[in-house]
Amino acid sequence: MNPETMLPAICTVTEIRTDTPDVKTFRVVSRDGKKPFEHLPGQCAMVSLPGIGEAMFSVTSSPTDLEWLEFSIKKCGHLTEWLHMLEPGMEVTVRGPYGRPFPVDDELLHKNLLFIAGGIGLAPLRSVIRYVRAKRENYGNVEIIYGARSKADLVDYDEITTEWTRDMNVHLTIDRAEDAWDGHVGFVPNYVKELSPSLDSVALVCGPPIMIKFTVQGLTELGFRPEQIYTTMELRMKCGVGKCGRCNIGAKYVCKDGPVFRFDELGELPDEY
Amino acid sequence: MKYLPTARLDRFLEDAAKLRKIYVPVDGEQNRAAYRLWMPGTVVSKALNTTRSAKDFFFPQTENLVGFRRTEKKLEIVDPRRETEDFAVFGVRACDARSFSILDKVFLSDPADTYYANRRAHGLVLSVSCRRPAETCFCTAFGIDPSAPEGDVTFTDDGEGYYVRANSEKGEAFLESLSGVFDEADEAGEKEARAQTKRIADRLPLGTLPLEKFGGGKTKDLFDRPEWSSLSESCIGCGTCTFVCPTCQCYDIRDFDTGREVRRFRCWDSCMYSDFTKMAGGNPRLTQKERFRQRFMHKLVYFPENNGGEFGCVGCGRCLRACPIGMNIVKVLKTLAEDGNES
Ligand code: SF4
Ligand code: SF4
Ligand code: FES
Repeated sequence: MNPETMLPAICTVTEIRTDTPDVKTFRVVSRDGKKPFEHLPGQCAMVSLPGIGEAMFSVTSSPTDLEWLEFSIKKCGHLTEWLHMLEPGMEVTVRGPYGRPFPVDDELLHKNLLFIAGGIGLAPLRSVIRYVRAKRENYGNVEIIYGARSKADLVDYDEITTEWTRDMNVHLTIDRAEDAWDGHVGFVPNYVKELSPSLDSVALVCGPPIMIKFTVQGLTELGFRPEQIYTTMELRMKCGVGKCGRCNIGAKYVCKDGPVFRFDELGELPDEY
Repeated sequence: MKYLPTARLDRFLEDAAKLRKIYVPVDGEQNRAAYRLWMPGTVVSKALNTTRSAKDFFFPQTENLVGFRRTEKKLEIVDPRRETEDFAVFGVRACDARSFSILDKVFLSDPADTYYANRRAHGLVLSVSCRRPAETCFCTAFGIDPSAPEGDVTFTDDGEGYYVRANSEKGEAFLESLSGVFDEADEAGEKEARAQTKRIADRLPLGTLPLEKFGGGKTKDLFDRPEWSSLSESCIGCGTCTFVCPTCQCYDIRDFDTGREVRRFRCWDSCMYSDFTKMAGGNPRLTQKERFRQRFMHKLVYFPENNGGEFGCVGCGRCLRACPIGMNIVKVLKTLAEDGNES
């Protein structure tokens, strides 16, 4: 991390993919054409359009992507609306990486992994999934349960169905039936219970708070312990370095002690997120 | 040990002002003292403390962090910082002097805030003992000794002048270069002056507070206490308590477009404000109760949990005087220390 934490790096947006009607993925490189910084899966960075705003986003590319960083960003406010209007070649500022990553190189090593995501919640997990795929021999069986409102809202649908299915078991679901869909229909938490994943795996759950809540309830009913479940938290952030006080919950700062938490750790925090 | 008779205070300030800018408390309207740049003729306030704390010197209310210029597609970063001049603050009381070490724990912890660190490096804290602590003072409850404040140089008031002692190399060097204005003194006088202050401090009505119920690890005991509702009931969320507080350090970062460039500012913010944690998707602290609770839980539980048991309050009493509804940390402490349900 740059010791001048408040001075961001200027980065060029080299590629913009439209993932869903309201999610775009931005590929950025620093001015010299290189990856702006190294990160670990689950870590975040502050992306800004000066004059418009600055906000924290999860880095969705994998550390094994050597030449760029990617951010999958959902249009849901002032800054993100502006970001969605960017064109390749334009510049943004980026600072980071911030926070505690998923323990991909220790606690998750050689484990069976169960990824559960809802909607844009796939974004933070995408970095982990791509990392795991790049080092596939280091991990056991991998299951992915992913759902969205509709087929069009499934982020990375093409990559998931053509590439991820090669070395992982992917289970997709959408909330309501559609003509062009012959897959599963239903909400993620229910689908998880139906699939009843093996208890000897570590679950990484990400999505809207309500989906996380019911999914974790379901996992608990199936016999998962809090120590086996990870999630990432989203709170308003400003500094990213544990000083502005914005993301404080109990004695923790989400920007610094999170955003990745294990459920037994979350159980220690006051219920305020 | 050196001694500075009160009659020679002006000469000391005049000489000191030749070495670096020096700020002193000055009386304003309605007995409101505030720090001002010393100039010949400036009268140092006799008030016990300033209305605002001294944190502005190191953590100003607003500051320009960085600027941006945009030309068509290109961006350019402007670092607005100029070398900070050396300065000194005279008259810092024990509570505020301690508040700096609390702010240090936030701003100098890894990764250090370079803006704050730079001001700390250039600033000299000249603290003054409190000859007569006020009824609203409770620094002693937090283990702060008003007769012997921290700081680069301590001025111990004996009613007729000050015993002057350096506590840091910076302070030592400063006194060295001003040696002409001081008399030599022995430590016994300083000891006696301290003892006089201590006798008053030991009898402060709020000098002992039931702190055993608070501190790191007490979240579970305190967070869901029903008393938070009644305590916060009248709070209007004005944020005054956070602004006058020497240890409150939450801030916001905002961009301002001047037309020629975008300036990114940091400014004080308050966890008491309704939009402090508001996000596009909702607000985890929906009512004033949650915001109010956050301020006190942070000072009394979360901060100590992360900082070896040290509380995030220095007992300066400013929030007791400033709150429009008469709420304050002492009431919070006392109310919560009584066992909620005695069953
Ligand atoms: S909480 Fe009140 S008494 Fe404590 S340091 Fe802040 S203003 Fe002073
Ligand atoms: S000064 Fe009083 S009314 Fe204002 S926010 Fe603080 S506690 Fe609430
Ligand atoms: S974003 Fe500032 S403390 Fe976490």
